[in-house]
Amino acid sequence: MPESGMREITYAQAIREGLDQAMEQDANVIVIGEGVPDPKAIFNTTAELREKYGARRVFDMPLSENGVTGVCIGAALSGMRPVMIHQRIDFALLAMDQLVNNAAKWHYMFDGKASVPLVVRVIVGRGWGQGPQHSQSLQAMFSLVPGLKVIMPTTAHDAKGMLISAIEDNNPVMFIEHRWLHQIKDTVPETYYRVPLGQSKVLHEGDTVTVAAFSHMAVEALIAAKALMSVMGIAIEVLDMRSVSPLDVASVLRSVRKTGRLIVADTAFRTGSVAGELITQVVEQAFSALKLPPARIALPDHPMPTSPFMAEHYYPGPETIVAAVADMLGIDKNSDAYIKLTGLLVREGPHDTPNPGFTGPF
Amino acid sequence: MSKDELKLTEQQWDRLALLRSMLRIRRIEEAIAERYAEQEMRCPTHLCIGQEAIAVGVSAVLSRDDVVFSNHRAHGHYIAKGGNVRALIAELYGRSTGCCGGRGGSMHLIDLDVGFMGATPIVGGTVPLAVGSAWAASLKDEKRVSVVFFGDGCFEEGVVHESLNFAALHKLPILFVCENNEFSVYTRMSERQPDRPIYRIAEAHGMAAYHGDGNDVEEVLSIAEAAMDRARNGGGPQFIELSTYRWREHCGPNFDDHLNYRSESEIESGLKDCPIANFASRLELSNILTQSVMDSFEAEFSEEIADAFEFALSSAKPSSKEAGERVYA
Ligand SMILES: Cc1ncc(C[n+]2csc(CCOP(=O)(O)OP(=O)(O)O)c2C)c(N)n1
Ligand SMILES: [Mg+2]
Repeated sequence: MPESGMREITYAQAIREGLDQAMEQDANVIVIGEGVPDPKAIFNTTAELREKYGARRVFDMPLSENGVTGVCIGAALSGMRPVMIHQRIDFALLAMDQLVNNAAKWHYMFDGKASVPLVVRVIVGRGWGQGPQHSQSLQAMFSLVPGLKVIMPTTAHDAKGMLISAIEDNNPVMFIEHRWLHQIKDTVPETYYRVPLGQSKVLHEGDTVTVAAFSHMAVEALIAAKALMSVMGIAIEVLDMRSVSPLDVASVLRSVRKTGRLIVADTAFRTGSVAGELITQVVEQAFSALKLPPARIALPDHPMPTSPFMAEHYYPGPETIVAAVADMLGIDKNSDAYIKLTGLLVREGPHDTPNPGFTGPF
Repeated sequence: MSKDELKLTEQQWDRLALLRSMLRIRRIEEAIAERYAEQEMRCPTHLCIGQEAIAVGVSAVLSRDDVVFSNHRAHGHYIAKGGNVRALIAELYGRSTGCCGGRGGSMHLIDLDVGFMGATPIVGGTVPLAVGSAWAASLKDEKRVSVVFFGDGCFEEGVVHESLNFAALHKLPILFVCENNEFSVYTRMSERQPDRPIYRIAEAHGMAAYHGDGNDVEEVLSIAEAAMDRARNGGGPQFIELSTYRWREHCGPNFDDHLNYRSESEIESGLKDCPIANFASRLELSNILTQSVMDSFEAEFSEEIADAFEFALSSAKPSSKEAGERVYA
């Protein structure tokens, strides 16, 4: 179906619309999660779905993440297309057994005789003291399990289109949202459309450095790219990776062959990260195209501290990306232009909220 | 103020102490709620206002050596066990002097000096830990009992049932305390569980299980006292389910009645069943509580609270350079 009826809506609204239209298309699509029909409706991503589709398709659930995941897998094996939602990805850890041992393996171990069309929406928390157990970014953990697809759409347009593709997909898909993306607006078609899984997208063209970024880091990379362009006339190429598994290595290789330099920006812990995997694949396949060792921008290898004072420099941002670009290109960090550039990147308001209007607690 | 000054018997004095302890928790949490709007306590915060009787009634029968584990709604459990209030408030403000040095915030509390072993917000996470602690006590022939507080929602987690089974199998000295406030966030019991009593399921796991009014501190105390007595004397695991009501929003300082997830009459009867007001009038009728005693409590608490906030706000702010410490022991 063509994409038409463009208007600006938020990421959260786009997800809601994607769910709504997928439920309209296919009566087997059901939605379940803690808080789905409640007044907050999972940050408004499930608002009014129960009113529209009824209590036989839209469910709250007991606090039984592992059991209900298994129940959803069983339903998926028997003709339903469940979308399960966790308000934090950290809660999905309780369901690892079902996701890893059953959902991911069923199609393979039974010789392709059955498949698990399940979507699990999980949200990565950040800011306002989310702390050690409500802020993890666990894409790498899921990505090391063959049989699971793992996607991290960044824009509202892609969130809707990739959610629809995920629901239509016959495999289990982990749909990872970053909490700080929910309020960001984008041009989104009114129609039912698909954005394919496993393909990255160029957000900003350039020929000096390739910045391959995941989820919210793609937003940060785009800010960095625009600032570098406007102040210094330097064009970096920003790829929004959009998917973790399958990983679109081919597009990164194509870009790196042009730029010769690679930075990968991830939302997760550095060691064992998807960023590390992407760099490995590029080094394996295009070593000679690289003018410099690739760089990783990721979280330090320790949990997020709750205290805002301790957390202040925990998350990398556009300034981290710009500094890495400057290092690669040999830009003098004491130059007037660079100082002007970093001045532009100073964020307004507190470091632990997505925007100055956010007043906690969630 | 002393027992003799007030001309109270030991028993009357103990009853007054229950009121004092509930009121103290209430006032501390109200102060947190009031100052939360200043945006300096920058962490998700779950208040137990309206539910104080459970923490207080249970803790009244614990000794210092008994250990407590808790969940996201932990302030009351922590304070009732004797947790350091300055360190609690400092933790909410993310200061170095907080009980977790700022690493945890409201949802992660600890005070090992008084046997408060840890509270964490992944629902169900601490229930098996409390069982493990009881197991260690039993393996080492130590006399302490392990106590774990959790909610009605938590009872839906598989790990809770696995824990009950293990505790029953090994006849461990543990007290499971289920605070049933009918809600998990905005979702009421009827959307989450069939209509049957929680405590009967614990009973079916092979342990003594009781139900009581969690807003009546003396009822809580008498159930907990009997249960602790059995747990201490080789009676194995004990389970108590206590009904109560959460007054404010699930997470945050405010009332959220405008969201209409509970009816006006339900809220009204919930607020009317105030564990503190009810017990205070009972004590007044028995001539144990007078206005001047109440006034002296209030004066004492406002001083303690002012001191704790001042302590927190004048405490050092940890540096981001410390954030990477403590990952490994
Ligand atoms: C495993 C897990 N699932 C979901 C959540 C989100 N969550 C936090 S508290 C809560 C409600 C818990 O209800 P209950 O156990 O009854 O405790 P109450 O909040 O009523 O005191 C939920 C769903 C979580 N923290 N951990
Ligand atoms: Mg509850």
